[in-house]
Amino acid sequence: MNKDNKFIPKASIGKDKDKNGQIDRKSFIGWLSIGWLAFAAATGGYFISMIRFLFPNVLFEPPQSFKIGEPSDFEKGKVDLRFKKQYNIWVVRNDEGMYALSTVCTHLGCTPNWLSTERKFKCPCHGSGFRISGINFEGPAPRPLERYKISLASDGQVIVDKNKSFKQEKGEWEREESFLKV
Amino acid sequence: MLGLIKDFIDFLTTPTISFTLLTVLTPILFPPTDWFDKLSRKLKVDKLWTNKGGFVGLLLITIFMVMGYTDPNFSKILMKPDNFPIVLLIYSMFFYIWWGMKQAYENDARLAEGKKPNEYHDPDDKVLVWPDLVYIEFIALLLFMVFLIVWSLLAAAPLEEPANPASTPNPSKAPWYFLGLQEMLVYFDPWIAGIVFPMFIIIGMMAIPYMDINTKGNGYYSFKERRAGYFIFMYGWLVLWVYLIIVGTFFRGPNWNFFGPFEFWDPHKVVALNNVNLSEYIWVIGLEKPLPSNILLREAVGFLVVFAYFAFIPLALSKTLLKSMYEKYGSIRYGTLMFFGLSMLALPIKMYLRWVFNLKYIVSIPEWFFNI
Repeated sequence: MNKDNKFIPKASIGKDKDKNGQIDRKSFIGWLSIGWLAFAAATGGYFISMIRFLFPNVLFEPPQSFKIGEPSDFEKGKVDLRFKKQYNIWVVRNDEGMYALSTVCTHLGCTPNWLSTERKFKCPCHGSGFRISGINFEGPAPRPLERYKISLASDGQVIVDKNKSFKQEKGEWEREESFLKV
Repeated sequence: MLGLIKDFIDFLTTPTISFTLLTVLTPILFPPTDWFDKLSRKLKVDKLWTNKGGFVGLLLITIFMVMGYTDPNFSKILMKPDNFPIVLLIYSMFFYIWWGMKQAYENDARLAEGKKPNEYHDPDDKVLVWPDLVYIEFIALLLFMVFLIVWSLLAAAPLEEPANPASTPNPSKAPWYFLGLQEMLVYFDPWIAGIVFPMFIIIGMMAIPYMDINTKGNGYYSFKERRAGYFIFMYGWLVLWVYLIIVGTFFRGPNWNFFGPFEFWDPHKVVALNNVNLSEYIWVIGLEKPLPSNILLREAVGFLVVFAYFAFIPLALSKTLLKSMYEKYGSIRYGTLMFFGLSMLALPIKMYLRWVFNLKYIVSIPEWFFNI
């Protein structure tokens, strides 16, 4: 094949224009910055709307602070299961007073069952056992059940506030709010 | 008579006994050294990897299953639609291991006689991917789809009522393929059994090709070429994974207590399980002092034990028992192998510590969510 016959493709862009029409280095960096800024703004906007999504306008969950009735409604030495379904708490009353236990197992978060004959909370997932006080004594649970803030309202009813929890292993069960003397 | 056999099987499935039996049996089934190989041949265990042995094995499993389906207690567990895959698993695990081991033992015998392995015909005798392999795969796929459709028509999906936090099913079981993990979670803190160990399993299996520096035994079934590797893998796979799935399915009843397969699932079965941490053993029971308030001082012995386990044991073995292996493998390969091997072995060790000494955690720092 002759060298003259060889087809040499020519760039079509900027063919009709002179050098002024081409993008020089300075404007290239300018356009690049604008492009990246637009990209960052768009992803940032999406990200913000995603974060916003985590905080819903309406929350269909029971209030975190609620009244559970008067102390006389609760029998001594018994675990009250009435608030387990709605509020995820057990209310226990003993000779000295009352406390509210979380129904979340401290091992992996299943809901234990109260076995009234054995007098213990027993988790059906991995066999953790807790005494009526909430102290862990068998199975893999590493720490006791958490207690919630409990107090008396002015009308004589007991208020449980789940916003504040007390961990035994940090010595928080000594605090006054974790136990209601009756 | 049948009652006695059932009681005996219930007794054998007690975790301490069944685990000890399996741990003793694995090196005889998959002998890692000459000594075990001789023992295996003396006890005629190697006969299991023949046609007759396979038939006897399948027969024993089937007798056990028939006994289960006719038993009022065990049939309730066996007939549960969730548990059907486990019956399949027991049969298929046995069949495929037997099949592979049979061919491996035949090849080992041929190689010992100076013959070529069974798979060797002619270097030019090739099998093409298309159409040979792809056709087989396509037929297998069709058959499997037919099986799945028939299964889904015959048995209804085991769906339950909507979740209710006030009534947890007792026992609460994970899907069958997670029951090995759930069993591990009984003995370890969630972040170890749920995150660290599964990661170690995956990374450890990915590391196997880099640990194996033996060039022999490629392209044909052979047991003898990497018998120690077979043994370690089979112990981890058969005992620590498959058997734990079987334990989780068949032997775990209400309140996650152990039950023999023919035992009635009594929700009020009383099992004394008062668990004690190592720090409590040392300070409260040993030294008769209250637990020190300094967390690190309290758990010092636990940390020491864990450190010695992972650092001292490999070091000591590299100087004594495994000296030749250490020299052949080099320090990095040897260290990695030891680390993953000891991590695997930590599971049965922890299980025995729990069963025998009621030991809960070796290092127990609930304040920092750190328990080993």
